[in-house]
Amino acid sequence: MNEDIRFVQGNEACVEGALYAGLEFFAGYPITPATEISEHLSRRLPQIGGKFLQMEDEIASMCAIIGASLTGHKVMTATSGPGFSLKQEALGYAIMAEIPCVIVNVQRGGPSTGNPTHVSQGDVNQARWGTHGDHAIITLTASNHQDVFAMTVEAFNMAEIYRTPVILLFDEAIGHMRERLVIPGKGELPVVERLRTALKLGVDYHPYLPREDGRLPMSDFGGIHRYNVTGLFHDMWGFPSDKPQLVHDLTRHLIDKIQNRVHKLARFKEYYMEDARTVLISYGSAARSALHLVEERRTRGERLGLLELQTLWPFPTGLVRGRCAMARRVIVVEMNMGQILREVQIAVEDPEKVFLANRIDGELIMPPDIKKVLRLVWGKGV
Amino acid sequence: MSVKDYIRERFFPHIWCAGCGHGTVLNSMLRAIEDLGISKNEIVITSGIGCSSRIAGYADFHTFHTLHGRALAFATGVKMSAPELNLIVPMGDGDALAIGGNHFIHAARRNIDITALVMNNRIYGMTGGQLSPLSGCGTKGTTAPYTNIDNSFDTVELSIAAGASFVARTTTYHVKQITDLIKQAILHEGFSVVEILSQCPTYFGRKNNLGSAVDMLESFKKNTTPVGSNAKEKKPALIERGIFVQEERPEYCSEYEKIIEKAMGAGH
Amino acid sequence: MGKKQPKLREHIIEREWCKGCGICVHFCPKNVLELDEKEKAVVMRREDCICCMMCELRCPDFAIEVVVEN
Repeated sequence: MNEDIRFVQGNEACVEGALYAGLEFFAGYPITPATEISEHLSRRLPQIGGKFLQMEDEIASMCAIIGASLTGHKVMTATSGPGFSLKQEALGYAIMAEIPCVIVNVQRGGPSTGNPTHVSQGDVNQARWGTHGDHAIITLTASNHQDVFAMTVEAFNMAEIYRTPVILLFDEAIGHMRERLVIPGKGELPVVERLRTALKLGVDYHPYLPREDGRLPMSDFGGIHRYNVTGLFHDMWGFPSDKPQLVHDLTRHLIDKIQNRVHKLARFKEYYMEDARTVLISYGSAARSALHLVEERRTRGERLGLLELQTLWPFPTGLVRGRCAMARRVIVVEMNMGQILREVQIAVEDPEKVFLANRIDGELIMPPDIKKVLRLVWGKGV
Repeated sequence: MSVKDYIRERFFPHIWCAGCGHGTVLNSMLRAIEDLGISKNEIVITSGIGCSSRIAGYADFHTFHTLHGRALAFATGVKMSAPELNLIVPMGDGDALAIGGNHFIHAARRNIDITALVMNNRIYGMTGGQLSPLSGCGTKGTTAPYTNIDNSFDTVELSIAAGASFVARTTTYHVKQITDLIKQAILHEGFSVVEILSQCPTYFGRKNNLGSAVDMLESFKKNTTPVGSNAKEKKPALIERGIFVQEERPEYCSEYEKIIEKAMGAGH
Repeated sequence: MGKKQPKLREHIIEREWCKGCGICVHFCPKNVLELDEKEKAVVMRREDCICCMMCELRCPDFAIEVVVEN
């Protein structure tokens, strides 16, 4: 069989990944640089009997996908910074009510309207902490279109397994750049389907009682089990409660189901890490420049390595500590003022050896930008 | 079946204050559903936040208690993804038309087959009596201690202008009419709005010296008149009750099915 | 038309649910109901009930049910 090879934008790779994962319902609102995701899906979804909705605003888009998830469909919305801010309220709802959904944020410069057509990685911490209240979240990213595709599939899988929203944190450079994408054949990548309760009519179904393996089987709206879904703290049937023990237990459940699986959720790539004495840590489009630099310096025999993170949250603290243990220096390469830098500083034994190579002017960070920091760190002057 | 077969009895007595009209709306809504004989499993009650939203927890259907003002946006997702379900969205006046105003007009514009109930008690009750966009000039609330200078929306006119294809109004005094209008609204294919003037004796009544729940119901009786009655001509201040708009217009989910046919026909 | 006048079997009042708002008492066309010393609805003149059901329909608390003979 001929391979299905495309030359596409990152946003389209995300669309293809979502369809591969079984996306059936998308609601969105136009915003640069994520609009192409809506445009492609408005064409593609009805072709497979799926639904595309352009809602009145970002908030409504987020709410609509949560509603559609409850009828048993795989759902997604896509946005950028300002829209991501607006979605935070309903994102919290999906966390609290444990509703699987995928939210794509193709990052641009901020705060506010910021720098709409330019790249940034400024929403890393917003993805983690943007919605109010104590919670945990899964956030994935990618640096090339093949990985955008794969991580999108992963996002849908994790959303189903953990009954949680998953954020795909791409950036403008990835979203708009065109490169080769090979669409994997059916079955090549695992796709997790919705876990539904097998309980029959008349048996008391508990939508919020985890099984022994931690998973919570769902029942579609319209099915035989009628229950309540709420953003309030709730009992195992979904009915509101403010009993202290229940509030405590549900908070722990929502956090533990993700934070206790940091290792399992960690997706990453390693380049030349075996003997690396200077470790670069990067993600998204910034990781492309980091890799370029590492490969270039390796030809000169310099012991550089790259740890490319694809899971940003929960932050793989143990992984980073282990991979940096032998490093003399760690340089975090990102397009913000050090949002992952801080996590790395917390992770490693000696935070003094961690440095930041960044760019915050809306331009893609380039190998010479990282090289400058390298020279400083190595004490060679600029 | 009796109306009690449609409630989740273990949560009664409910949280609403003595004399609150919202219980009456729930009562009348359940009778409408009972009369229509719709299966409990085919109904999704989607509510927002506030006193009104608590209806969801008490009714034995699929119930979806969502975010303040956003119920119609959530309901749109449910309906679009499962058009065979009946969506009923009970909202308060602030919930529907202040924080939820944008979702309200756009759901109406799409003419998606959802039944929206606006339980209008002219106040934010859950938070203790603040003015709402339906309080009206000259009223008082805890955030309008010197009297309210905000003009109010007319829910019916707003719904009509936004494109709702079924628009009606009644009050909690006229209980049989509530049931009748909700029945027609559910059967109507398109976006339906039923505004129900409801009494909040605890906050709106007390702040505005309107007396007890009974007195407030008496005023609904006295100050309303059927649509198109002569009484309205003689006394223009009367509020009209009944159906204002009932038209067959293309419904959103059905229209989208045509899009699917078109897309599938066109191939890639 | 020609509808047979329903015959009363009983009034069921859920005292735990009744909040004593007095709506049923005030709007009963035959003055059948009253509030007792605990502010709960009670049937005082059962024989006057014409089974119009308005108390049951208006009750915000689902506290009163008028049961009629089939």
